[in-house]
Amino acid sequence: MNFTDQVTESVSTLKLNKLRSGLAILGIVIGIGSVIALISIGKSSQQSIQSSIQSLGSNLLTISSSSQRNGVVRGAQGTSNTLTNADAEAIKTSPKITTVKNVSPEYSSRSQVITGSQNTNTTIIGAVPVYAPVHNVVVESGNFISESDERSMTKVAVLGPTVVSNLFGAGSVPIGEKIRIGSQYFTVIGITTSKGGSGPSNQDDRIYIPLSTAQKLLFGSKYLSSIAIEAKDADSMNDAVNEIGYLLLEMHKISDPTKADFSIMSQADILSTASSITSTFTTLLSGVAAISLLVGGIGIMNIMLVTVTERTREIGLRKALGAKKKTIITQFLVESVILTFTGGLIGIVLGVLLAYIYSKATSSLFIVSGSSVLLAFAVSSVIGIIFGWYPARRASSLQPIEALRYE
Amino acid sequence: MTKETPIISVKNLSKVYQTEGIETVALNNVSFEINKGEFVAIMGPSGSGKSTLMHILGALDKSTSGEYILGGTNIEKLDEDELSDIRNQKIGFIFQAFNLLPRTTTIKNVMLPMLYSGIKKEDAEKIATKFLILVGLENRLHHTSNQISGGQQQRVAIARSLVMNPDLLLADEPTGNIASAQAEEIMGIFTKLNKEGHTIVMITHEPDIAQHAKRIILIKDGHLVSDKKNNNC
Repeated sequence: MNFTDQVTESVSTLKLNKLRSGLAILGIVIGIGSVIALISIGKSSQQSIQSSIQSLGSNLLTISSSSQRNGVVRGAQGTSNTLTNADAEAIKTSPKITTVKNVSPEYSSRSQVITGSQNTNTTIIGAVPVYAPVHNVVVESGNFISESDERSMTKVAVLGPTVVSNLFGAGSVPIGEKIRIGSQYFTVIGITTSKGGSGPSNQDDRIYIPLSTAQKLLFGSKYLSSIAIEAKDADSMNDAVNEIGYLLLEMHKISDPTKADFSIMSQADILSTASSITSTFTTLLSGVAAISLLVGGIGIMNIMLVTVTERTREIGLRKALGAKKKTIITQFLVESVILTFTGGLIGIVLGVLLAYIYSKATSSLFIVSGSSVLLAFAVSSVIGIIFGWYPARRASSLQPIEALRYE
Repeated sequence: MTKETPIISVKNLSKVYQTEGIETVALNNVSFEINKGEFVAIMGPSGSGKSTLMHILGALDKSTSGEYILGGTNIEKLDEDELSDIRNQKIGFIFQAFNLLPRTTTIKNVMLPMLYSGIKKEDAEKIATKFLILVGLENRLHHTSNQISGGQQQRVAIARSLVMNPDLLLADEPTGNIASAQAEEIMGIFTKLNKEGHTIVMITHEPDIAQHAKRIILIKDGHLVSDKKNNNC
């Protein structure tokens, strides 16, 4: 009996018991489907995180104040105020700093913003003119904050598109309109283009005002939340971290670098942290899916064992008519591989469909990696062989007289 | 005149079963020979050892001691796969319960031994059709085995036993599960096949069925009690 005959025969045997075959492959369908869906959703969120971090700006370093140790109690990162305008000025002007292109001191806080009958709670960022090039902020209409706005502490605001739609309705251009931030009235002078992103890190849900206005008029603080640094090029990032680190230690009169009251993060650090988090999640979820695949395989073995018992007479007859051990093993292995392979195929379709629905629902990227599909095919066939092997062996070692006598 | 080599030669055949330490002797020192073209009925009450004998003759089981030569091959010396080949090439089985594959067409059932021997599907289909016509089932080629009567099922089994042109047709209570009118038809086919030169060994406990055979071997308690020509035939 050649292989094609064997496959046709197995297919027709499986068709005789459609419900059972369907239930048998369900575990494989769910297992393969969830592996495919999770890998593709994981890949897509990894990509969207990467692109949103890249849109923060290129060759970017962020200096933020970190908590000092008070005895054994350490406060949360960024809660203490250690960075000042003088620090930023020193980085800009010190002859020891050779690798920095732009320095953007920043103050940010959340505040209620009101106009007419609408109000919203959003992030207010006190920024200087170089903020825009450093963070890749592009103004769609109007202007960004200018040097003279910064110098004379004017009450002007540049709005992100989310703020515009929250306060004035989507698509409107409220340049020249007044908005109230806290107790102060500001004039809208510009609107930025959309950068995408969602949730608390939404880069469109922001209002930019001059740094001096934010520090002195609005929030009454002499400190900075962070200082963004644009290095000259990607290669000088490490040098920049060292130069700035030593300069700030000197400025803050700290001799032990491990006790520094600030931290310097590069964009690459943030990127690798974020990617490692998402890849950990993807691995974890794929692991769960892989377990369901194992359970699916055991389901197949279970059904095949029942089949062997049920078909004892048939196996005996086949042996009496001249089927060899090998022929019987092949027959049952082919059946279980057809089951798992079909399950894998349906699972792949289901997984891709799920990933597609997810990408539509969250308007994220739709990525299906060819390698994961190939892997799913291979894995489902291997499962068929592994879990079909024992039942097939059992069938082949039945003695023909025992099997024929079996009722 | 030289003596013809027998198709079956059984010498001092014994079979002892061991169940939980208790020995049961199913066959005790049985010897006989069957020549080509004979039609032999092996008779005996239930528990006489005739089923054990039939399993050994059919190369489905091995004896404990003694010698069994089928068509010049010593069956006792073969391994499992070689026994499969012997059953495939040299023996045609006809069982009491027909033993057709359920929900499978008659032609596919008849083709099965040929597919195991490596005959091409197209050729197997032609041969199967020929034998199904021979047993009078030309209108039932594509019926499944559960759509036809018991007598018809047994005729399919006969067709299946003939396709490999075996040395020996081995029938185990071939009429045990069918109505008597149809049983006569089946016996008619056996008689016809025997006239065409087929060697037939039939196990039965029904005397009137055994009357169709030319020679009757009687087994009782594992011993061969009598072996004589059937004069009524």
